[in-house]
Amino acid sequence: MQFYDQARWKDDEGEAYEPLLSEKKSREEPIEDAPLPDDLTRDSLELPDLSEPELARHYTRLSQMNYGVEQGPFPLGSCTMKYNPKFTEDVAALEAGAVHPDRREETVQGTLAMLAGLQDYLGRIGGMDAVTLQPPAGAAGEYTGLLIARAYHDHNDDDRSEVIIPDTAHGTNFASAALAGFDVVELPSGDDGRVDSEALNAAVGDDTAALMLTNPNTLGLFEREISEIADIVHEAGGLLYYDGANLNALLGRARPGDMGFDIMHYNVHKTFATPHGGGGPGAGPVGVVETLEPFLPDPHVREADGDYELYEPEHSIGKVHGFQGNWLVLVKAYAYIARLGDPGLADASAKAVLNANYLASRIDYEIPFEPFHHEFVASAGDQDAGDAAKRMLDYGVHPPTTKWPEIVAEALMTEPTEIENRETLDQLAAAFEAVAEEADETLAAAPHRTTARRIDQATAARSPRLSWQALDQE
Amino acid sequence: MSQDARGSPFAPHTPEETVAMLDAVGAESEEELFDIPEAVRFTEAFDIPQRDEQEVRRELRELLGRNDDLVEFLGRGHYDHYVPSLVDQLSLRSEFLTSYTQYQPEVAQGFLQALFEYQSMLVELTGLGIANCSMYDAATALGEAATLSQRVRSVDGSRVVVPALLAEGRRGVLENYASGTGVTVDSYPMDDGNADLDGVADALDDDVAMVYAESPTVRGTIEEHLAAIGDLAADHDALFCLGSDPVALSLLEEPAAVGADVVVGDASVLGLPTSYGMGLGMFACREEFLRQVPGRLVGASTDEDGRRAYTLTLQTREQHIRKERATSNICTNQAWVALRMAMHAAMLGPDGLVDLAESCVRRAAGLAARLDDVTGVRAPVHDRHHFREFVARTDQPAAAIAEDLESERYAVHVVDDHLLGVCVTETNEPAVDGFVAAIEEVA
Ligand SMILES: Cc1ncc(COP(=O)(O)O)c(C=O)c1O
Repeated sequence: MQFYDQARWKDDEGEAYEPLLSEKKSREEPIEDAPLPDDLTRDSLELPDLSEPELARHYTRLSQMNYGVEQGPFPLGSCTMKYNPKFTEDVAALEAGAVHPDRREETVQGTLAMLAGLQDYLGRIGGMDAVTLQPPAGAAGEYTGLLIARAYHDHNDDDRSEVIIPDTAHGTNFASAALAGFDVVELPSGDDGRVDSEALNAAVGDDTAALMLTNPNTLGLFEREISEIADIVHEAGGLLYYDGANLNALLGRARPGDMGFDIMHYNVHKTFATPHGGGGPGAGPVGVVETLEPFLPDPHVREADGDYELYEPEHSIGKVHGFQGNWLVLVKAYAYIARLGDPGLADASAKAVLNANYLASRIDYEIPFEPFHHEFVASAGDQDAGDAAKRMLDYGVHPPTTKWPEIVAEALMTEPTEIENRETLDQLAAAFEAVAEEADETLAAAPHRTTARRIDQATAARSPRLSWQALDQE
Repeated sequence: MSQDARGSPFAPHTPEETVAMLDAVGAESEEELFDIPEAVRFTEAFDIPQRDEQEVRRELRELLGRNDDLVEFLGRGHYDHYVPSLVDQLSLRSEFLTSYTQYQPEVAQGFLQALFEYQSMLVELTGLGIANCSMYDAATALGEAATLSQRVRSVDGSRVVVPALLAEGRRGVLENYASGTGVTVDSYPMDDGNADLDGVADALDDDVAMVYAESPTVRGTIEEHLAAIGDLAADHDALFCLGSDPVALSLLEEPAAVGADVVVGDASVLGLPTSYGMGLGMFACREEFLRQVPGRLVGASTDEDGRRAYTLTLQTREQHIRKERATSNICTNQAWVALRMAMHAAMLGPDGLVDLAESCVRRAAGLAARLDDVTGVRAPVHDRHHFREFVARTDQPAAAIAEDLESERYAVHVVDDHLLGVCVTETNEPAVDGFVAAIEEVA
């Protein structure tokens, strides 16, 4: 077993870890002699006032008190925490790519060529006819896809108000459907953890605008009856939407477009290894079949006689981002796909699935649903999954996603990704095993080796203090 | 590189390890692990060739090298300020860059503290009680404000009212967000670049849920009647949403002081270089909306040892718990850009921020005055104070001038037939003399 004692900068009064910037040095700058009339300016501005060396130390210490993929395994299910290749940062930093979004097309042919190239790659990978790169994350992709569905039905004078979503789906699916103005119909999963075609038959109808599916689903299971599901939805007049969060399971093995999906989003920060940045930015490009191409967001990039241009698709849904999405993320995704190519992409999925299976074979927690692919959902059984996860932190690994999907009691949703070698998987398995054998009190007292010990969540929510100003008021 | 040379360079398995692991799981091949029906198996190729790192870098350098090398005098919602090296060097530390949403706060104190500091900076800049730790960009933050207005208003309102002059992207995104909640977007007229107060009053009735104003506006003008607009909104029990950015807010009237309920805008004016429109959605609002705020919030609490520690909080607002009744669908956000913004703001400090903001006023006024001296150009068109950018009227068609300027390596906005938009900051300042000379040639 390997351990990790996380850095812990702290004062000797037992009050805090690294002080806040505002506690280190702050200054109130009066606004005087501004080139504006007094009534248009504020009176003063009070903010931290530190020198560069002080700031370098502050942020270095904060970074030491943070855990990322490069420190150790990060099998956070559904999040695909892969290694982020270093060189992709260098290509994203290329000066030639630092252009303003309002430049005339003629002067940004390189940028447009790269975007068109990425659209093309993603289209091939997903089996989609056209791809927009505008949505800035997966949820924004869902929202975009559902706006496309809405516009398509409206265009056909077909009033459809419902989106069907399995109970195992990610929360964003439901929230995106609501944001796009749809009513949500939750579909109970069958006993095997997949879509139950009888339940689906009962749920679809004249109001069905779309069914949103993740495949493999959040249990890691492939929806074996996907062709039948597609038929049911299409015969009812609905569209089939693919949540691409789990595409890392299928690269080169199956494509949403071939399974009958009409719309999909790609989760670029998952499948295509762009860094998760402590919560973002990501990118959520959306692919569609040919009939939906006229509904894509404005503007869309296309090639015309060797040049690249922006145009507004005929029935465009309009805008889903102020400009063209998260450019820096898109460049990194292009670089990653180009680096891997066909063999690398196919191998990434093969090893992601192999790693999940290998890890699962080495742990004792029950895994109720099989055969899974790139991730599996174990049950902590009598233990509290949240506590078990905290304890895993003490064993030097990041824990899985916990308590979701709810269909597995005390869920530990585990996705090691392809980047882990056998020794690391063994280390992860050892952490699982150690925790599985421990008493509830031990778990509840964890973690010990992390910067902070167990944090009081109830107080954080009951008396919210969301800024240093709020702390000062106490 | 120890792994199978034909596979992913980022999967470490040697062929022997692969065999051993397959053995351990009782499979003969990797293919056997895929439970995919024959009918939907993909048996063709993507036809994407594998390249090595050097080739990809060369390819992308060549590809992006097709962009013309222009000095940009462009703004309209995406601005370029000099980003100090510290921001890159430290934000790229892998502990920050390769981490994710802080679902395990005990092991993510560093990022949480940085986001808490970011939120606090926005609280100071806006005077409002709370700020979230990021939305995607200014446009989606504006859309989220519109949906917030639907949730917090005591009576339902079905209209959102915005300036007639508004960046297309912001208006477009707002219309989409609004339409899902059954809201329509109307506009009020402008008077010399700013809001026409009488027009605002005429546009409002009790059916209005939110009034939006910007300062600086899309024309670069500084709005002079924010408090009056705020009062009008309050008269109709409508939210007053103000669009701005952290640099402008370092100098301009504090939003809380003019009655703003919500502040949105692009916070990546600090921390990000020009990135083809990639942004950072700033979102701050009054404390009473706490439980209706979209997006993630970092709060302070204590840990088992009694020390102050940070955690994501009030998560019952969010999609992973509240599903279709969540306050927003956002999950992955722009946290790393927020980290960079905080680093940049901290590098500048209060004096540096105020200096930068003042220079945005001085530079715009200075360049406008110089262009006004050019025959065939009048600048600024609006008799207002400006921030970073302004609009110039040209005798010649603006599009023709813009094209001629491009051949001299300068980029400007064509705002209308005879209107050019010009933006100046410290990054293109060194090119100003050449730019003015070029305009003298072509205007
Ligand atoms: C299954 C699933 N769907 C959708 C999403 C939403 O994607 P994003 O976080 O990029 O908005 C996630 C991500 O966390 C996910 O796991």
